[in-house]
Amino acid sequence: MRVYHFTEQAYPPAWENHPGTLRVTLPNRLVDPKIASDLFHRYYDEWQLADELGLDVMLNEHHQTATCMSSTCIVGLSILARITKRARLLVLGYPLGHRPDPLRCAEELATVDVISRGRLDMGFVKGVPYEFGPSNQNPVRVMDRFWDAHDFIIKAMTTHDAPFSWESEFFHYRHVNIWPRPYQQPHPPVWSTTGSRGSARVLGERGLAMATLGTGYATRPLYDAYREGYVAKFGKLPTADRFAYLGLVAVADNEEEAHRRGKAVSVYLPMSAVVAPEFRNPPGYLSVEDNVRLLRGETKPRTGTKDGRFIDMRVASVQDLVDTGVLFCGTPDQVYDQIVAFAEYCGGMGNLLMMGQAGTMSHEVTADNLTLFAKEVLPRLKEYKQPVGELAA
Amino acid sequence: MKFGTEMPIPAAGVAPRDGGPLVVNGLKIETIERGAGRPLLFLHPGIGLDPKAAVLDLLAAKTRLIAPSHPGFGASDLAPVMTTVEDLSYFYLDLMDALDLRDTIVVGVGFGAWIAAATAIKSTARMSHLVMANAVGIKVGDRETRDIADIFAMQDADFAKLAYFDPKLGERDYKSMATAEVAAVARNRESLARFAWQPFMHDPKLKSRLHRIRIPTLILWGTHDRVLREGYGRAYCAAIPNARFEPIEKAGHLPHIEQPQVFADRVLAFAGA
Repeated sequence: MRVYHFTEQAYPPAWENHPGTLRVTLPNRLVDPKIASDLFHRYYDEWQLADELGLDVMLNEHHQTATCMSSTCIVGLSILARITKRARLLVLGYPLGHRPDPLRCAEELATVDVISRGRLDMGFVKGVPYEFGPSNQNPVRVMDRFWDAHDFIIKAMTTHDAPFSWESEFFHYRHVNIWPRPYQQPHPPVWSTTGSRGSARVLGERGLAMATLGTGYATRPLYDAYREGYVAKFGKLPTADRFAYLGLVAVADNEEEAHRRGKAVSVYLPMSAVVAPEFRNPPGYLSVEDNVRLLRGETKPRTGTKDGRFIDMRVASVQDLVDTGVLFCGTPDQVYDQIVAFAEYCGGMGNLLMMGQAGTMSHEVTADNLTLFAKEVLPRLKEYKQPVGELAA
Repeated sequence: MKFGTEMPIPAAGVAPRDGGPLVVNGLKIETIERGAGRPLLFLHPGIGLDPKAAVLDLLAAKTRLIAPSHPGFGASDLAPVMTTVEDLSYFYLDLMDALDLRDTIVVGVGFGAWIAAATAIKSTARMSHLVMANAVGIKVGDRETRDIADIFAMQDADFAKLAYFDPKLGERDYKSMATAEVAAVARNRESLARFAWQPFMHDPKLKSRLHRIRIPTLILWGTHDRVLREGYGRAYCAAIPNARFEPIEKAGHLPHIEQPQVFADRVLAFAGA
């Protein structure tokens, strides 16, 4: 199993006394550039530590929010390409849905791959619903545009003998010939995320690495949908490295401290959900059928525990969050057991995306969280033998 | 195409009198058709078309009312290639050809009025009069001044406050509505964004082309509209050669809903129907 340390690079000082949203319209007067600067340097120090400890690293991108200052993932990836020595660098995700110019994406990512000497994992996502207001890219048909951009980027990275042209519905270029071309051949590994069986199946057919984020004990059906798509296309079951899961991680050498760290890191969940309702569901992001259910108040809650209880992640206790598989929390042995149990439940889960810093977790605690995890849990996870996932009956 | 006295059966399909689907360019178009006389083509706003709206029978009392749901709205088909109001304007030219409409009174509200203007600048050969109520579609303000409230960044209750003189008219109880009706609400919202997301709710070129509309034009304006401001409507009117501006009181962005009798009276008097 690979383990990637992830933080959203948040700006917690703006979380107090918010006006009902932390995103989109929260005025940027509230982000003090001096404090932001200190926070950025802290987060990059923690990634550098993760690299030294033998972990891989992951970052993401969001816009106009106090929950994530990483408004351009390429800046972060560039820093990491230079300050880390051996870690895989995963961006999950690069939001193609918000980019009007996929040529720029191809050039940026190829350059990061070269500077890192072939350590980039490219995760492409469509972008979260509330950021279509800011980017002003059309949420309607975003997936058509997403695959057009994805296909163009792959072609740009794999065409070497002459410039090519591209005149699709969404993008027009006449002489594409990117310098430099990627370090990894034929191109860096491609990842994406899913929240639905339909899109999971599509990712399986394309063979991309697939991540789910905090889906807990609702994860297995998504992995199985991926397996169906993969088997249909490739005629064999996918290996565990095709699957990734993002969960919060808080480990300590005793349960009381672990519980405290679990509470701190879990503050991420309610804060992440503070979005003014007018931005939460732009037209075309959900299908008409899903919107009908939403309008009628019929959407099912997403997060279930192993024994079938549904919990509200924003107010759940540490134990509830552990029971749902959203948080892995405890002593090193406990955390190892929880992660392995989850991987067994999934039928194989080859990449743990651990939020090792989130919420109000301090730098000192984060450093200890990462260090203890890397020394006591990671070696055992590297030895863990993944189950062979089977298709659901 | 001959504009003779003979009425040829158009190749693209004919609307049956009972309001069944009209087929234009292979698309099944949900259409309300009532009344008799000169044709009145009613182009609905972004929220769609309610067959029970009082204004429809009032207009149909003196005209052959033809009220389609635009492609992608209501239950009308959508051709994947249609992504702009330009596409819709060519569609409506085709629809008028398919039905061989002549001396048509074209009436549009809001987004439907934008479509009407985009169609009229291309050809008014089949039109006699144009009515546009609380129209969107042009740019009046400078680059830092948005003319049109961002309806995609507000909840239903806030839209109702901006759009209606009586916001209670904007309330909907989705749980008690038929599934097809709720689906139409969701579909209309998606289609409106498909056609009008960016540039937002306008065509930067349209204002410079409005001089091509040479038929008599009436700009109706629900004075309580807070999605648009009255100066926007007056600028729209000033850009069309033969246009006059008539306010409608106690109505907002959708005057055909809030003042159906006044709306119908103004339209029919203007068109001499």
